[in-house]
Amino acid sequence: MTEFFQTLVSGLSLGSIYALIALGYTMVYGIAKMLNFAHGDIIMVGAYAVITTVMISEAIPGIVAVVISVIVCVVLGVTIEFFAYRPLRKAPSLTVLITAIGVSYLLQNLALLIFGSEQKSFKLDFFDMIKPIYIGKVYINGITFLTLVVTVIIMIALTLFINKTRLGKAMRAVSEDKEAAELMGINVNRTITLTFAIGSALAAVASIFYGGAYTYIRPTTGSMPGIKAFTAAVFGGIGSIPGAMLGGILLGVIEKFAENAISQWSNAIVFVVLVIVLVVKPTGLLGKKINEKV
Amino acid sequence: MERKPSSRLVPLPSNAFVPERDVDKSPILEARHLGIDFGGLTAVDDFSLIIGRTEIAGLIGPNGAGKTTIFNLLTNVYRPTRGTIMLDGYNTYGKSTAQVNRMGIARTFQNIRLFSNMSVIDNVKVGLHNEMKENIFDAMTHCFGFRRAERMANERALELLDFFKMADLAGTPAGSLPYGAQRRLEIVRALATNPSILLLDEPAAGMNPSETSELMENIALIRDTFQIAILLIEHDMNLVMGICEGICVLNYGKVIAKGSPDEIKSNPQVIEAYLGRKDGK
Repeated sequence: MTEFFQTLVSGLSLGSIYALIALGYTMVYGIAKMLNFAHGDIIMVGAYAVITTVMISEAIPGIVAVVISVIVCVVLGVTIEFFAYRPLRKAPSLTVLITAIGVSYLLQNLALLIFGSEQKSFKLDFFDMIKPIYIGKVYINGITFLTLVVTVIIMIALTLFINKTRLGKAMRAVSEDKEAAELMGINVNRTITLTFAIGSALAAVASIFYGGAYTYIRPTTGSMPGIKAFTAAVFGGIGSIPGAMLGGILLGVIEKFAENAISQWSNAIVFVVLVIVLVVKPTGLLGKKINEKV
Repeated sequence: MERKPSSRLVPLPSNAFVPERDVDKSPILEARHLGIDFGGLTAVDDFSLIIGRTEIAGLIGPNGAGKTTIFNLLTNVYRPTRGTIMLDGYNTYGKSTAQVNRMGIARTFQNIRLFSNMSVIDNVKVGLHNEMKENIFDAMTHCFGFRRAERMANERALELLDFFKMADLAGTPAGSLPYGAQRRLEIVRALATNPSILLLDEPAAGMNPSETSELMENIALIRDTFQIAILLIEHDMNLVMGICEGICVLNYGKVIAKGSPDEIKSNPQVIEAYLGRKDGK
């Protein structure tokens, strides 16, 4: 029983990271109707931003490094959108997809150029400040605890933001009907920029937890969680924000349990589950039925 | 149904007509020699129109005459190949669709385009987007200014919904409303953007006679209450002739007649466009 809960906790923690990243995929897809495959690499940039900041001076507290990382990622995400995706707003979706893949390789290779190919250790001062806790015999270390708490807070805040605020409503309106939203006086480009900014900020937060859990980073660090989170977004129903949260968490839990059962097969099991879900429910767990437009 | 007789149309120096009461005020909308080509095809050519401050105007014509294209030109969804649009005295050239909306044009759509997964009140609040001032930090920290802006938006949205007897539907998803109510909500949403001219694209499409007469009352009520101009595209001649003060008839992208309902009804070119010529040529 202890083992079950232990696996559940690590699954929830991994799932939280996937969910944070999946939110970026799903929000951008919902609003700009594009798959931003460079999103995974924003995580990698976020992680490098943290270790670079800490490297510059030991005196800089970890939390400052986190803030810098979030700023770097937001600026990067918005810049990518402006230079690479905005000119292609009316282009076929395949063109945008190829561009996104191009941007992804560009970021990886830039990181390779600047930081080299060897892995770097990822450590922040506040990881050790939170003492591990025991619930019964289940051990929860500091970074896991932090991941779970912060993810829950972010999810609640994001849900409130999307549903309750003026800008959140503008985002939902743009995702439902871009043209009608524009005719209601909503600046669609600014709304898309905001979406990229939020998605990138979440990726930066995810990078802290991912780096904390795996302790090492390298230029290709972003690809695997990127692909898993994209899977999670599809799993939950791409375009749906609660779907990305649920999809991410379920994917993390399934992966950890699969790893526990037959470690070599964990990824295979994850994707088999994805295939089954998509066969039974092609729009994903919480995906909306696509209404035929007349 | 008893209705006030339409006011007399009065010629302006520019050879256009507006209702008598609007003569001393500058027109809200003025299209000058507007034209648009799609590839080699001229969809609209030499379209000129002046609409008075509080005029209810109609744009009619057979299918494919270019009526919706003109709405798309007026809202800058399409960029005109020729001509200029003056909205409240300002040229709208080069403005985005969103900017034109903020300058004072709002519209509805021929095929309803509500945000169907959002609630009725949220649809209206999207219309209120530029009326509500709140910044992102307020929103994120859920603090005082944000709450006040939210409360004001709520009140305003409910007020507008109440005006159209829809306040009790505020929480319903827009997509699950009955057809007539969806049409009404589109008008409320457009009004929420605080326009000085409202463009209605076939507002009576698919409505039964009693719904249509209610719509006519509503259109007159909107004009009287909000003191705005309304330009509508409609095929229902009872509605057009009953409510519009000035009518513009379009055929093959060109204006073939302009005038009061009575003038339009007896215009031989209009009759020909709608019914064909008597001698069958």
